Amino acid sequence: MQLRLDQHSPIYQQIIDEFKRAIARGELVPGDRIPSQRELASMVQVNPNTVQRAYREMEQMGITETLRGQGTFIVNDEGLVASIRREMADRALVAFVGEMHALGYGCDEMAEMVRATYRRVIEAGPKDGKAPSSADQGGAPGGEGGF
Amino acid sequence: MGRRRRLLIKGVRPVARVVFDRVTKRFGRLRAIDDLSFTLREGTILGLLGPNGAGKSTLLKLVAGLHRPDGGHITIDGEPPSPKTKAKIAYLPEIDHLYGWMTVRQTLAYVSAFYNDWDHDRSQELVNFMGLDLGARVSRLSKGMRARLKIVLAMSRNAPVVLLDEPLSGIDPTSRSRVLRAIVSEFRGDRQTIVMSTHDVVESEALFDEVLFLKDGRIALAGEAERLREERGKSIQELFQEVFA
Repeated sequence: MQLRLDQHSPIYQQIIDEFKRAIARGELVPGDRIPSQRELASMVQVNPNTVQRAYREMEQMGITETLRGQGTFIVNDEGLVASIRREMADRALVAFVGEMHALGYGCDEMAEMVRATYRRVIEAGPKDGKAPSSADQGGAPGGEGGF
Repeated sequence: MGRRRRLLIKGVRPVARVVFDRVTKRFGRLRAIDDLSFTLREGTILGLLGPNGAGKSTLLKLVAGLHRPDGGHITIDGEPPSPKTKAKIAYLPEIDHLYGWMTVRQTLAYVSAFYNDWDHDRSQELVNFMGLDLGARVSRLSKGMRARLKIVLAMSRNAPVVLLDEPLSGIDPTSRSRVLRAIVSEFRGDRQTIVMSTHDVVESEALFDEVLFLKDGRIALAGEAERLREERGKSIQELFQEVFA
């Protein structure tokens, strides 16, 4: 697991979020063993007390469980994945809608733009990366597709 | 587990509490430490932060018993600093205190002989982790390697209090990262308190439970690092820049 800590918000919170994200994306699945507190602290060079707090809260939230002598595991509960995924989606949606609203877009416009962007970015396949359809860019879109 | 911890405390208290009560230390006219009061929480890592000349080294030396306060009181588990409290304290000085003619192996043998709480296995592990060559002469070591050796010397003891004075100062990024990792992996929160001074806040801030910003011998800001981030929405580094701008 990689952690991108930005240190502007509490680090224990970021550690929890990082685990949630990994679960929502399927990088961690129920039953998976996660690093010991000491391993994680050493890996990301974070105070062991901070890691301990994150682990304690994840256990209270029902995300993980610790089995004596065996380690800490993602709880075996499919409902958990669904609810974390839903929570992450909700956070992304609130941020997106807020930003678009501030830019002056209404609901229908947003929905249409989401559809168009989805077609452009996701369905076009990840290889092309950027928008192949924005014809107004003129000729070849730079050296991206070099060879 | 709670019971085990209580048993430990009943015997010899494994973690020392350090209290400063209105401590002043003067050098001539300069008040290096000026009416300073604080309590160091057991089992935490405190970041002692401030620019050069703020009084960080003086404060650490006061705890180590190398300076005596001109006013106020310092206690370590209720006792003033003395040869007795020194046995509880591992101190890494900022200056280069190693003998150049010794090899790494000789240095470890020499230093370990002074302390009853020296952990040979841990020392060996740390030497390996640091990539130190036991046969190398100290005078031939790079600055980064010397810094690594110093941290091995400090962290190989089972001392309840560890004082690290600028352990990252003036060394290469790889050595800094190794030193930080050694501190994280060897820190034992149930029986150890660490104070580390630095002006290198960016790299080290995730290490600290508590921070104390020292400015002209006084506390400019102090508190729990996570709480400061939460309350102010800023990193310790940003707060550092604000305070010392």
